[in-house]
Amino acid sequence: MNNTHTPLIFEHSRPGRVNTTHTQRSTATAHSIPGSLLRKTPPCLPEVSEMDAVRHYTRLSQKNFSIDTHFYPLGSCTMKHNPRACNSLAMLPGFLRRHPLSSEQHGQGYLSCLWDLQEILKDVTGMSAVSLTPMAGAQGEFAGVAMIRAYHDANQNSERTEILVPDAAHGTNPATATMCGYTTREIPTDGNGDVDVEALRAVVGPQTAGIMLTNPSTLGVFDRRIKDIAEIVHDAGGLLYYDGANLNAILGKVKPGDMGFDVIHMNLHKTFSTPHGGGGPGAGPIGVSKRLQPFMPIPVVGKKNAADKEVYYWLTEKDLPQSIGRLSAFMGNAGVLLRAYVYALLLGREGMTRVADYATLNANYLMARLSQAGFDMALPQRRATHEFILTLKRQAREQGVTAMDFAKRLLDYGFHAPTTYFPLIVPECLLIEPTESESKETLDAFVEAMAAIQQEAEGDAATLKGAPYTMPLRRLDDVKAARELDLRYKTKPVSDING
Amino acid sequence: MPFIPHTEEDTRAMLDAIGAESIDDLFDEIPAKLRAQSLDRIPMGRNEMAVSRLLHERAADDSQPLSFLGAGAYEHHIPAAVWELTTRGEFYTAYTPYQAEASQGTLQLLYEFQTMMAELTAMDISNASLYDGASALAEAVLMAVRANRKSKSRRILMPATVHPTYRKVVDTIVRHQGIQLEIVDFDMHGGHVDPDNLPAEPGDITAMIIPQPNFFGALEDVHALTDWAQSNSALVIGVVNPTAMALITPPGEWGNGNGADIVCGEGQPLGVPLSSGGPYFGFMCCAKKHVRQMPGRIIGRTTDLEGKTGYVLTLQAREQHIRRSKATSNICTNQGLLTTAATIYLSLVGPEGLRQTAAHSHSNTQQLMEKLCAIDGVEKCFDRPSFHEAALRLAKPVDEVLSALDAEGILGGYDLSTDYPQLGNAMLVCATETKTEADLEHYAAALQKVLA
Repeated sequence: MNNTHTPLIFEHSRPGRVNTTHTQRSTATAHSIPGSLLRKTPPCLPEVSEMDAVRHYTRLSQKNFSIDTHFYPLGSCTMKHNPRACNSLAMLPGFLRRHPLSSEQHGQGYLSCLWDLQEILKDVTGMSAVSLTPMAGAQGEFAGVAMIRAYHDANQNSERTEILVPDAAHGTNPATATMCGYTTREIPTDGNGDVDVEALRAVVGPQTAGIMLTNPSTLGVFDRRIKDIAEIVHDAGGLLYYDGANLNAILGKVKPGDMGFDVIHMNLHKTFSTPHGGGGPGAGPIGVSKRLQPFMPIPVVGKKNAADKEVYYWLTEKDLPQSIGRLSAFMGNAGVLLRAYVYALLLGREGMTRVADYATLNANYLMARLSQAGFDMALPQRRATHEFILTLKRQAREQGVTAMDFAKRLLDYGFHAPTTYFPLIVPECLLIEPTESESKETLDAFVEAMAAIQQEAEGDAATLKGAPYTMPLRRLDDVKAARELDLRYKTKPVSDING
Repeated sequence: MPFIPHTEEDTRAMLDAIGAESIDDLFDEIPAKLRAQSLDRIPMGRNEMAVSRLLHERAADDSQPLSFLGAGAYEHHIPAAVWELTTRGEFYTAYTPYQAEASQGTLQLLYEFQTMMAELTAMDISNASLYDGASALAEAVLMAVRANRKSKSRRILMPATVHPTYRKVVDTIVRHQGIQLEIVDFDMHGGHVDPDNLPAEPGDITAMIIPQPNFFGALEDVHALTDWAQSNSALVIGVVNPTAMALITPPGEWGNGNGADIVCGEGQPLGVPLSSGGPYFGFMCCAKKHVRQMPGRIIGRTTDLEGKTGYVLTLQAREQHIRRSKATSNICTNQGLLTTAATIYLSLVGPEGLRQTAAHSHSNTQQLMEKLCAIDGVEKCFDRPSFHEAALRLAKPVDEVLSALDAEGILGGYDLSTDYPQLGNAMLVCATETKTEADLEHYAAALQKVLA
């Protein structure tokens, strides 16, 4: 980590420092544009040399934890290794320079990759068709629930106004239901971490549009009664939505289609290892059962035979008139999809199941080791899937230290913190997802760090409360940030460069 | 094993620690009848060399004609340093900066990004990005409905000069919330919304969308439209091209009052490759008073325990992971990597470089229009001033002309006749700073041949 103070790029700026190499040197003026529509003062962008910029952003990069530099067991986010071939091959000039509206004949290479990816995702999820267009998980969720609504509307079932969501669900689930004009009803979780089936049975009815489920759930366990849940919801006339955030746990082991789901979204930036990029881009393709196929978001890649040749093309409004419509200006996050495709090819059929095998092995091993080290698990009686929950409720009571304190102190030990305070139903929790790409040595080192922090908690809790100590900054004041909003640098006027 | 480090010995020792016989035992809570039978449509794994060969072959299939296509995605030069830095592992493989102390790199960069976007648009505040321009406009519409508390109608005026796909995306995303999108027609001579044709008493309007430049590349009369909308208590949503901001009046200065309320657009022109349509990023800025209605991540500056300056995700109480069904949006992911590229791009080109890029693109398109309109059977569709794109009317059907140009290795433009049949054989052309005098001549010669 680079712990030196890094001024803002604007503070490196000097009026009149111009990089002539990056732009077309031009004397062109905007003579045809009337003065009332012309900008009066130039925007205060930085005026720096190429070296200033390179040094500045290199230094900033050194103030980040990343998978490339640190173990990053952020539960529910699947921070696995991002193979470099996925990046370099997706950035081949033929792919990178293609204009999204150039004709299909100039995109056969790219379209054939997307077609293959659709086929791979169909097979691994057990769904009838896939649309790659949603640009992130939450947009995939939106597409999924919008399709459920379109299906009910097409069947004149507009009295179905309610979406069921377990209390352990990701926040995007209820937020998505609202965007689709549905109300949300929460279903409790039973003592074993499964959906409370009796509670579910009691609330389904003619108002039920569907249920949004993650399986394995956000509690890191596989819902054993998923078939019963599917039957209860289907019998009531509702549909089942699968939140694919945790697909890494079951890749090649169980197909959501076989569990009875009608629609699913996948997070390719999790399961298919495309980079998280500091918060995005993602890609959230959806898979559907037969009955939802007419409602898929467009465009979708099709394949036909023309003059003894396979030709790939876009299916649009004309081919899918009942589609919920378009979700992006063009065809979704093409570059992310190409990276996922390369990853899928490198893994292959046998590699898919291996992902689930070793992600599960790593999670169960880490859970066993941490239990042996004296930590409490939220659901000790259950198998972990690809992730598990540790609760620090006892430490909070006995030593007055919180999940936040453990999280911050882990940074000092060189580990990114697990997800904290999610799911909301487990107090003082850490949601830990090691992923398959971490070695036993790394997991062992993490256990040692956790044990050392526990020792500190028992001996000198104040040390923990003050963590971190080795980062570029000490603990940051979130409350001040929200109260005294400072969302941009106050730039000074630059010299009138046109004058 | 690809990307899995375990030796047989490791696996054995780990299973022993768990108390399991085999990895398969770890799946014993999954009902047996649910276990997947086969994955026969997925090919067997290949090594990097084989996959690399396949992808090189496929990328080579995607030929690169000389392109005069714009229509929402623009070819600009991207300085080499942009993606060299953006793909550094510390940016490329980090996640959303939840642990602020271990994510100051991403957070400070996003704070710089917010500053740059607010500067470009002359607005108070920017968020840390949305998915793309079209979905950003949909979010802007939802935001306007939340922000304009005085308006009860949920009526949004949507000019027909807004990108046709943006209009479709907005419809897909907002249609379940009782919002009415009312199309405002354009003037056939100017290719813009004529403020004189707007009603004197329009009733309760929640917001009006104003594109600048509009889909035809033409410049709208933004001042008159803004004043008209705000005098009728409607919020103004600007949809702008970020490159154009270096040249033309930014939305923060539209009209006689306080400028636009919300501004969004497609960030791709700022250092993001065309890449078949994505990943790009949407940007969104707003007036300070609306900040609590803004969707997406927002970065704020604060201090640490010792009083040192640092950066954090802020105003999280708006977001889905806290507010759940009452959140401002379901959005979670942003386009962090692309905003990284855009921030570095804007640092490298600076205010003068961006102005030159904008001015050169404008002038190239003007010259192209002059050359093309000198050909028999080609005329300008509209007489309004334009930025770096313009509409032409041809004597022949556009699809025929475009395929003939294609045979000459030229992507001639975007066929407007499907979305705007009233314009006849119309197409949209764009010549950014990447085109040389020779490219423009080449296009003109090819079009002359095709139309002869």
